[in-house]
Amino acid sequence: MSYYEEDDLPRFGEMGKHVPELYDKFMAWYAACQEDGALSKREKALIGLAVSVTIQCPYCIEAYTNSSLENGSNMDQMTEAIHLASAIRGGASLIHGIQSHNAHDKVSM
Amino acid sequence: MSFDYVNIQRPGGASGLPVSEKSFRDVLIERGLSLRALAPEVLQVNVGKLCNQACKHCHVDASPTRTEIIEKTTVDACLEAIGKYRIPTLDLTGGAPELIPDFRYFVTNAVQLGAKVIVRHNLTVMTVEGMEDLPEFFAENRVELVSSLPYFQERETDAQRGNGVFEKSIGALRRLNEAGYGMPGSELTLNLVHNPVGAFLPPDQSQIEADFKRELLERYDINFTGLFTITNMPIARYLDWLRRSGNEAKYMSKLVNAFNAATVEGLMCRTTLSVDWLGNLFDCDFNQMLDMRILGDQTIFNLDLKTLVHREIRIANHCFGCTAGGGSSCGGTVV
Repeated sequence: MSYYEEDDLPRFGEMGKHVPELYDKFMAWYAACQEDGALSKREKALIGLAVSVTIQCPYCIEAYTNSSLENGSNMDQMTEAIHLASAIRGGASLIHGIQSHNAHDKVSM
Repeated sequence: MSFDYVNIQRPGGASGLPVSEKSFRDVLIERGLSLRALAPEVLQVNVGKLCNQACKHCHVDASPTRTEIIEKTTVDACLEAIGKYRIPTLDLTGGAPELIPDFRYFVTNAVQLGAKVIVRHNLTVMTVEGMEDLPEFFAENRVELVSSLPYFQERETDAQRGNGVFEKSIGALRRLNEAGYGMPGSELTLNLVHNPVGAFLPPDQSQIEADFKRELLERYDINFTGLFTITNMPIARYLDWLRRSGNEAKYMSKLVNAFNAATVEGLMCRTTLSVDWLGNLFDCDFNQMLDMRILGDQTIFNLDLKTLVHREIRIANHCFGCTAGGGSSCGGTVV
């Protein structure tokens, strides 16, 4: 058995069985975030895909891959979004190299 | 291009129906809805299964190896119905309608009867020997064209319609533009069709139309009138693919969850009478492929149109394909 089961995604609603008022507030907020606003649904789906890959959530990756396709994005656009998220993640690691350099400089002559 | 899809045998030789956790009938009853026909505005004739392509999503299972095509007596019966009942529109589909021997006879006679003629033209048939003058023939008869181009990029289009189809389609679109089709200000209508290349729903029609307009003009200097998004129907070759790829259950859940009651009033089955290559009558082209004939024993040869108004539309789970999201019809979204 895997910790991540594909069939668990459609069971998301079961999280509302307990403390439903919090679940309902989450769902209303979550749904509102997906709608057209200052950003289009398509742009939001691509942001969602990039974030999903970054947080490495398999449920989110599947959901936002489908959402991106259903909002008219193609594989080139989706892959660019994934690269951007990955590059930011890589850059975040690299910038921490300065801390290493600083630590090195502090203890070195 | 692979033709593997053509030879798939289903149990009992019949097209299967999709499996769904809810039946379409139950969902209509839950919502207090029913589906009954209005007076037909469109006679949609599927002239047969012969096609020069074998697309992965084809609900007709059409291909170059199919031999089922309409005979002239059936064409004449359709023309008689158009004249007798003043049906405003003849919509020709297939297969590739242009490949049947009586195609031009059918079109010119329907036009003479005053009907608007729509041809579901696959673009690449123009490259078949003897078909080179199709743009001029279409233009002379003011035929309205509806042509599938799943995407404005080669990879997606060829993945669905076969290797080399995109390049041929671009060439055919240029020829149609030269004949005046789809050009700004032109009365010659060239609508494109976008089907999702996979197990997902189509995007917003106006948004993807804007993408197609921008990209086809910038990349290939091609113009077209409008774009229809059509949901892939879970029957025939597409259902086979859903099953082989393990996508049937999720796709059906997607369709059921996206059921939109507002689409029901405008479903095309309410104003369309579908005819097969033998003259049998159906509520739509999808029911035709499932051999779900209209209730009663009428064919195009003993048609009494008045008795078909208010008829009960035959439904099954594939109907979820037309009611998902913005809805789907041969003319794009419904709402």
